[in-house]
Amino acid sequence: MKVGEAYFHHMMKNAVEIDHLRVVRGGRVVLPDLSVRVPAGQVVGLLGPSGSGKSTLIRAVVGVQVIQAGDVRVLGEPAGSVSLRHRVGYVTQSPSVYEDLTVRANVRYFAAILGASPSSAEEAIDAVDLGSHADTLVGRLSGGQRSRVSLAAALVGDPELLVLDEPTVGLDPVLRRDLWNLFNRLAAQGRSLLVSSHVMDEAARCDRLLLLREGQVLADATLPELLDRTGALDAEGAFLNLIDRAEEAAR
Amino acid sequence: MNARRTLVTAARVLTQLRSDRRTIGLMLVVPCVLIGLFAWIFDATPAFDALGASLLGVFPFVVMFIVTSVATLRERTSGTLERLLTTPMGKGDFMMGYALAFAAMAVLQAVVATAFAVYVCGLDVAGPLWQLVAVAVLDAVLGSALGLLASGFARTEFQAVQFMPAFVLPQFLLCGLIVSRDRLPDVLGRVSDVLPLSYAVDAMKSVTLDRSPGSDVAGSAGIIALWVVASLVLGSLTLRRRTA
Ligand SMILES: Nc1ncnc2c1ncn2[C@@H]1O[C@H](COP(=O)(O)OP(=O)(O)OP(=O)(O)O)[C@@H](O)[C@H]1O
Ligand SMILES: [Mg+2]
Repeated sequence: MKVGEAYFHHMMKNAVEIDHLRVVRGGRVVLPDLSVRVPAGQVVGLLGPSGSGKSTLIRAVVGVQVIQAGDVRVLGEPAGSVSLRHRVGYVTQSPSVYEDLTVRANVRYFAAILGASPSSAEEAIDAVDLGSHADTLVGRLSGGQRSRVSLAAALVGDPELLVLDEPTVGLDPVLRRDLWNLFNRLAAQGRSLLVSSHVMDEAARCDRLLLLREGQVLADATLPELLDRTGALDAEGAFLNLIDRAEEAAR
Repeated sequence: MNARRTLVTAARVLTQLRSDRRTIGLMLVVPCVLIGLFAWIFDATPAFDALGASLLGVFPFVVMFIVTSVATLRERTSGTLERLLTTPMGKGDFMMGYALAFAAMAVLQAVVATAFAVYVCGLDVAGPLWQLVAVAVLDAVLGSALGLLASGFARTEFQAVQFMPAFVLPQFLLCGLIVSRDRLPDVLGRVSDVLPLSYAVDAMKSVTLDRSPGSDVAGSAGIIALWVVASLVLGSLTLRRRTA
């Protein structure tokens, strides 16, 4: 990071600012009117039932989603701007890497596109603990291993903002812990992370939680605040409590 | 456009191809088998000299069309394209990377098929051999460029394969291989004057029949090159950064 950039980053309060975002997909209103902030230098967990619009929101943040209305600003620029393409790392929900290339060839390719060195590719491979599989074709890896290759390809350019769509799906507890340690470490270094997840105990590793239901924000708070508000004992309890209340209100 | 990103993309596509030995084998062997079959069918008639050359123009085109349209469609459906377009990768870098990689494959294919036609099947070539190879490479690049364009209109791999008969067969019928172009009905003749494969075959014929075909070949090659550029530009328009 250049000095000027670091200064700018330091000054920036929010990594992502979304105002009145409206997204319609295939004739369905997926996000009716969403406004939300992702503070800089934190890990924000994006939680919600299947189909609630997590991936759609994430796509809007990285600028690949056609939006009907609203304003999405990322690191101070409109989402999808050319200047953001070096600064934002994106992991799609299903692993998007080349199955007919080795782990190393995949990560090095994305490194080369970003102008990062081959040694940063090795670091990214080690960070996701795939060093022993670096020369294996991705098509011969397990599902969890593939999604880690996909994650490594996003880490490689050392982006300021990481937008990760269910990066820990299908991973064992040890690996999940290691990856969350990595996410927390990145946030401690000043990076911002927006991470969607289905696994409720991961909520404890997030600085803030965003709870989405049918495209609407049910909660935007820290875990202690949520527990306090709902009287639940853990994230899962709080989550179910809030969903039930919303369903009740809708009836 | 950025030279580094174009070149690393071309290198990446070639590495992917290299891991698929069977496809490479098919790309190199199938044209030879078909040319051999033609030579055999027209054994002891002079027809092979005319047709054989046209075939050398058609094969690289058809093969590259199929391989490219399926490869780029795979890139769309696997999510890698969506991801690439969030990186500094330009649409032009992506298209040129693919075109370069398949042009390199085309050089290999053209050299093998031409050598087989000339040295094994006894194809008589009046003009210089290097021009025959050069035209074959250009035809292959044309196939790649049109394949890239076609894949923009396909949602599934089934559709992409169907584009082969849709894009290629009409050109095949009108390119002068079956009925010479000046004997086509008026309207069809004019259509044939626009289609790129007609010039691919024209150029091949000039090289085989003419001792010094320079200017004829250059004219046809110019039109093919125009089609290549137009398809790459149109094809890059079908790459959308934002999708619904
Ligand atoms: N490609 C698409 N075309 C049309 N509609 C879509 C498309 N993808 C998703 N949708 C719709 O958008 C809504 C939200 O989907 P989204 O993928 O954002 O949910 P999600 O919260 O990420 O779910 P999950 O946890 O299962 O990944 C769903 O109702 C779905 O029907
Ligand atoms: Mg999703």
